[in-house]
Amino acid sequence: MKKVDVAIIGGGPAGLAAAIGAKRRGIENIIIIEREANLGGILNQCIHNGFGLHTFSEELTGPEYASRYIDEIKKEGIPFLLDTTVLDVTPDKKIIAVNSSGLIELEAKAVILAMGCRERPRGALNIPGTRPAGIYTAGTAQKFVNIDGYLPGKEAVILGSGDIGLIMARRLTLEGAKVKAVIELMPYSGGLKRNIVQCLDDYGIPLKLSHTITEIKGNERVTGVTVSKVDEKLLPIPGTEEYIPCDTILLSVGLIPENELSKNAGAMLSNITGGPTVNESLQTSTEGVFACGNVLHVHDLVDFVSEESMRAGESAALYVLGEQAATQAAIKLEPAGGVRYTVPSTIDPGNIKDKIDIRFRVGNVYKNKYIAAYFDGQLELRRKRLVMAPGEMETISFPKEVFDKYPGTGTITMTIEG
Amino acid sequence: MQRELTCINCPMGCQLSVTLEGGDVKNVEGATCKKGIDYAKVECTNPTRIVTSTIRLKGAPLCALPVKTEAPIPKGKIAECMQALKGIEISAPVSIGAIIIENICGTGINIIATRGI
Repeated sequence: MKKVDVAIIGGGPAGLAAAIGAKRRGIENIIIIEREANLGGILNQCIHNGFGLHTFSEELTGPEYASRYIDEIKKEGIPFLLDTTVLDVTPDKKIIAVNSSGLIELEAKAVILAMGCRERPRGALNIPGTRPAGIYTAGTAQKFVNIDGYLPGKEAVILGSGDIGLIMARRLTLEGAKVKAVIELMPYSGGLKRNIVQCLDDYGIPLKLSHTITEIKGNERVTGVTVSKVDEKLLPIPGTEEYIPCDTILLSVGLIPENELSKNAGAMLSNITGGPTVNESLQTSTEGVFACGNVLHVHDLVDFVSEESMRAGESAALYVLGEQAATQAAIKLEPAGGVRYTVPSTIDPGNIKDKIDIRFRVGNVYKNKYIAAYFDGQLELRRKRLVMAPGEMETISFPKEVFDKYPGTGTITMTIEG
Repeated sequence: MQRELTCINCPMGCQLSVTLEGGDVKNVEGATCKKGIDYAKVECTNPTRIVTSTIRLKGAPLCALPVKTEAPIPKGKIAECMQALKGIEISAPVSIGAIIIENICGTGINIIATRGI
């Protein structure tokens, strides 16, 4: 069985940055395993601009952003396998993968999970109606248009106002299709403001908040949808039905971290994020198995994926080299009052170099509220935010010194207040 | 003339009310910071966008080559630019950053490849 120091499952933005992180910390024997024919993951089909503002201070398209990392991988001579699907990762870090040349077995000292996420499909939504052709997830439609060069329909209704849905509303419009409406169940959009303005407002596409599709019509092909307003409990209000003829429905209703392999590896999953619970080093509950990017929790910006994954790569390297601090009593991070989850969920202060970033999402739209952190009940940090929304990930940084101030802390509670 | 805009500089998304007089911005209301006022001025006088799309690609496993305008072009030129990209076909190999069309629609801005194939 072939032995490697660090095996990285997935060659998208997370896997690429993780590999570079591990390499920079002195690991030579690395392998990236990618199931598609190219490195770069979902970035290859995200041809729109807006990537890299934080990392490179310029606006790149997805393929351009990916190429910066792919070039680095090639320059560093980091090996990768393409068209290769990982079938299993065991808790003792044995990996079974398959490609056209057969079965591959690997034994890794550390594994980095970087498999990304999947789109929530129609089957998860319980929309009544027929099951005709013409219903796609927004990402599938994006692949049809941007990679394969096909337009999936002429008249579309988009359910869900996630960023991919908004981006596809503009893309279909530019390619000559008519996007009749974007329908959002919640009273606010899950997408970035800039996408609402530049993808919908620019083209006069209506965004119907607090609405949902209550029926899909059509036998062979979609012929239209019935759209209804919903009440505060998100239930359709009878009498508000409106029929919109269309031949295509795109679903942009959330992303789910893809964690089948993580489960095999024995990693405990969070029931909020759907991704593994990790410590300050981005290590899962299985020793030597790390996670980063959208498999860990769904990000809004690839820049944060790259930054996080670089750290996962560095942590995996330290683990392999035996340079991780001996585990002190880990501090538990407890989300409360509007904070839905935190990444990481535990912190061993011994492994923090200068600071640690805590990333989280809130469960509602908050204006003029504070993010607060309590160390065993003691208020340590209170930061005002003009606005917080579930669609925008929040970050709070703790410098290393904070942990010296509160030795023996058991729990840090993160909450929204004021 | 009044125009209503949503500021895109941060998640706050301030609703801006812009008063225009003969194409000049006279007043911006609703902005909670200076960025909003600047945004409103640019949006109402010279709005520009980077346009990204694909063109047909031959001789590669991929059928579509992603491209973009090298710099933002006037918003009013987007439809014309898309029309100009229709029917354009290119053969692989193409390197990232290669100029595909010079001076698209008289904007002085080039269309470049955003992926090397």
